[in-house]
Amino acid sequence: MIDSSTAILPALDGPRGQAVFQARGITKVYRMGEVEVQALRGVDLDLFPSEFVVLLGPSGSGKSTLLNILGGLDVPTSGTVRYQNHDLSAENDALLTRYRRQHVGFVFQFYNLIPSLTARENVALITEIAANPMPPEEALALVGLSERMNHFPSQMSGGEQQRVAIARAIAKRPDVLLCDEPTGALDVTTGIVVLDVIARVNRELGTTTVVITHNAVIAGMADRVITLSDGRIVAQKSNAAKRSARELVW
Amino acid sequence: MSVLDRKVLRDLWQMRGQALAIALVMACGVAAFVMSLSMLHALENTQERYYEDYQFPHIFVHLKRAPRTLLERLVTVPGVSQAQARIVEDVTLDMPALAEPAVGRLISLPEHGEARMNRLYLRRGRWLEPGRSEEVLANEAFAEAHGLHPGDSLVAIINGRRQQLRIVGVVLSPEYIYQIRPGDMLPDAKRFGVLWMNETDLAAAFDMEGAFNDLTLRLMPGAPEPEVIRRIDRLTADYGSLGAYGRTDQTSNLFISNELRQLRSMALIVPIIFLAVAAFLMNIVITRLIGTQREQIATLKAFGYSRVEIGWHYLKMVLVLVVLGSVLGTAVGTWMGAGMTALYTRFFHFPVLRYRLDPPVIGLGFLACAASAVGGALGAVRRAVRQPPAEAMRPEPPQSFRPTVIERLGFERFFSPALRMILRQMERRPLRALLSALVIALATAILVVGDFVGGSVQYALDTYFHLAQRQDVTVLFGEPSEGRVVYDLGHLPGVRSCESFRNVPARLHFGPRSRRLVIQGVERQGELNRLIDFHQQPLVVPAQGLVLSRKLAELLDAHVGDALTVEVLEGLRPVREVLVVGVMEDFFGTNAYMERTALNRLMREGPLVSGAYLAVDSARLTELYDKLKHCPGVAVVVVKEAALKSFEDTIAENLLIIKSFMVVFACIIAFGVVYNSVRITLAERARELATLRVIGFTRAEVSRILLGELAVLTVLAIPGGLWLGHALAELDTLVNDTELFRLPLWIEPSTYGFAVVVTLSAALVSGLIVRRQIDRLDLVSVLKTKE
Repeated sequence: MIDSSTAILPALDGPRGQAVFQARGITKVYRMGEVEVQALRGVDLDLFPSEFVVLLGPSGSGKSTLLNILGGLDVPTSGTVRYQNHDLSAENDALLTRYRRQHVGFVFQFYNLIPSLTARENVALITEIAANPMPPEEALALVGLSERMNHFPSQMSGGEQQRVAIARAIAKRPDVLLCDEPTGALDVTTGIVVLDVIARVNRELGTTTVVITHNAVIAGMADRVITLSDGRIVAQKSNAAKRSARELVW
Repeated sequence: MSVLDRKVLRDLWQMRGQALAIALVMACGVAAFVMSLSMLHALENTQERYYEDYQFPHIFVHLKRAPRTLLERLVTVPGVSQAQARIVEDVTLDMPALAEPAVGRLISLPEHGEARMNRLYLRRGRWLEPGRSEEVLANEAFAEAHGLHPGDSLVAIINGRRQQLRIVGVVLSPEYIYQIRPGDMLPDAKRFGVLWMNETDLAAAFDMEGAFNDLTLRLMPGAPEPEVIRRIDRLTADYGSLGAYGRTDQTSNLFISNELRQLRSMALIVPIIFLAVAAFLMNIVITRLIGTQREQIATLKAFGYSRVEIGWHYLKMVLVLVVLGSVLGTAVGTWMGAGMTALYTRFFHFPVLRYRLDPPVIGLGFLACAASAVGGALGAVRRAVRQPPAEAMRPEPPQSFRPTVIERLGFERFFSPALRMILRQMERRPLRALLSALVIALATAILVVGDFVGGSVQYALDTYFHLAQRQDVTVLFGEPSEGRVVYDLGHLPGVRSCESFRNVPARLHFGPRSRRLVIQGVERQGELNRLIDFHQQPLVVPAQGLVLSRKLAELLDAHVGDALTVEVLEGLRPVREVLVVGVMEDFFGTNAYMERTALNRLMREGPLVSGAYLAVDSARLTELYDKLKHCPGVAVVVVKEAALKSFEDTIAENLLIIKSFMVVFACIIAFGVVYNSVRITLAERARELATLRVIGFTRAEVSRILLGELAVLTVLAIPGGLWLGHALAELDTLVNDTELFRLPLWIEPSTYGFAVVVTLSAALVSGLIVRRQIDRLDLVSVLKTKE
């Protein structure tokens, strides 16, 4: 196991230019019922434009916490996070809300669709508040769901629901797409369809994409793979040749 | 419509049963508010306009006989703008439909030109023509009670002579909007009629030429009424004045003001209670709804919806219900208000009683409803939007449970696992359990308050009319008579026993306060008219001193042992100090009682009496009435049963209609509250219950766990609800503690029983509905999705 240290700190100017995210020394402690959990124990990280990053690690390694902090859903207990010129480590709800509204697209493991809204309406929920969105129909077409636009979540399969969630995330043309176990609740075939959609968005829209998974096979799709364990970054590697989702097998 | 707004509607549709229940509870509050307030406005406006347009006087004086020349001096009193002299005489009417004599009040009308005050409104027929001595105008209530029309005749016994009078018109007077014979507690339109006659004829019949015995005055704006009354009293004292008094003591006006006061308190208190329930309910429902939508909120936040937008989203949900409740409540309240106003016209006689719904009333109803609902929901909404999104995204930490206090005390072996789950659930969130129980308790309490009025009124009537007033007939003499008249009365046909009394008009003064009333001199060992208090305890009048109604003592701020100045307004008009020797809690009016002979001594007179109570053999009533009609000294005959019946047909019926509204409201509230509680519990615990089903619990067992919580809450809530109902009923009696009528805090056991049965039924029906939903619980889908 490699200790997290400055040794593996990547250069600020990476191969793709100026980093969009800069995280320095972030820690996170939260209370879970009566237990105190140290989720992150000092993480340094840079992410670059159009980069496809996979965060690997077992349950409880701190992946989701890191993603939440990058997405402005949570703030670190200590350390700093910057997205371009936004300070994401200050607990300022209005600022974080604006950041999420303008720049971030989220995809969750359990889709988190609003059950009382149709597919199109779930996407419209975002396009209504975004500055420069694509029409909900276009976003749904991008994930191959033009035919199912007027269905409610309860009328769709898990894969379809997750694709709606992706459409919802990308409809605002986000600068960064954060996916938390997007295939966690799906079978292999459906999971691959979903990953293919994510890769396509990354490729065609140039969105910086972070995918959390504990499925190491998915790492093959990434530009860079970061491995977390027990709240620390323990390994990083760049893929010279990315594989497409269709080639993955697990 | 924005997508989020569509979510509002769909979410509400999803929980339509609950939403409807909340809207209905709010509608009850708004309906009660709109009904009372619109009725209040209708009556107030009508009364005010009627008084102004028809020149209702400010000051009233009745006297024995004064020369018309006195009038010139009266109008010079500072503050007086107009004075009008009249002749007013009570006579016996011999109505063909009535065995017993009725009282006719003859009032003079100027021969030429219109009356300056108390102008009449001609409903039917025509005005009097000068020189026609037999013509009269009859008031509407009396005419209706006897089916009299212009052209019909009636017989009055005027100065011992039977005289035929012909009704030429049916009229209304602002003086008799509420038509009751002064001194009576209950109206009786059949036995009390007001008739207007030409002044010359009336003066001739009663030997009043150039004189008058009744005076009304109108004041200039801002004139000091007490000062004017003092001066008028000084000027009229020598002419046998019964004391000048203002509108507040005018009988008809007093009853209307009293009714308006009660409406005012009803417009305030009832909706406050109902809307408070709605607020609590809203709090519980929204808190739990938000609890189940925790993740949706987090998702919205993750995508950049701000706190304000999300808070507004949930408040919109509340507001949709507010609009629904307000519209429904306003519609029902308007309908009830119009209906009740129409009922009022049965004993308030206005030329036109216009019911009109003012926009401000609707606006106020909506605002009150919105304020209570938003107030109830605000806390929950604020907590929801404050929740950090990442925290909401994580599954809720396992709830920490521990054995309950009772279990720790060593009683656990008595509890099944199901009961333990129920108790631990409640103990873990005691506040929530308490709030749920409180809302159910409030529903029970409203049931108690809604129902108790009927029993309480019945108790008051029974006590007053059967225990206290045991006479069948009361006879009032025109003039105080020698005590032996009682023996004559005792020998009339059918009279079983007879008891005299002395009534003396007087003013009681204590410190700066004074009241004008009739001191009732009663027999010390009276058997027919007893003083019976709220607790049905008889009170023996002490040989000396005054016994006051508790309300009168309060109004005078007098206590037992205080010496009041009694200013008698009759005979030699003595002014004496008399000790208060007792205060009694009674039901009707503000009364002052003395032992009869003590009152005679105070008057420095012999054993005079003003009238007598008679207990009569019912088989010989007709015979007795026939004799009484022709007794020259007898001015008024009051028949107890008739008055009671007339009361039951009008006011009691109104009370019962209001009561049934309250009961319907209370049932809706009880059901709405209980149904909501159990639905929310189901929503929260669907997953847990499905798990239990999966591991092998039967439907019945699962239902028992869910409904067990409801049962425990209901059982806990009921005693509290009964207590709260008692407290609210007490508040109700305090608010309605008026000079005219005081409701005892008497709650029939059946009222409590009714409240318990309705609460339990609401719980049972809600339980059955939810039970059906448990049966349809989709086990797989519940478990498949993340909590």
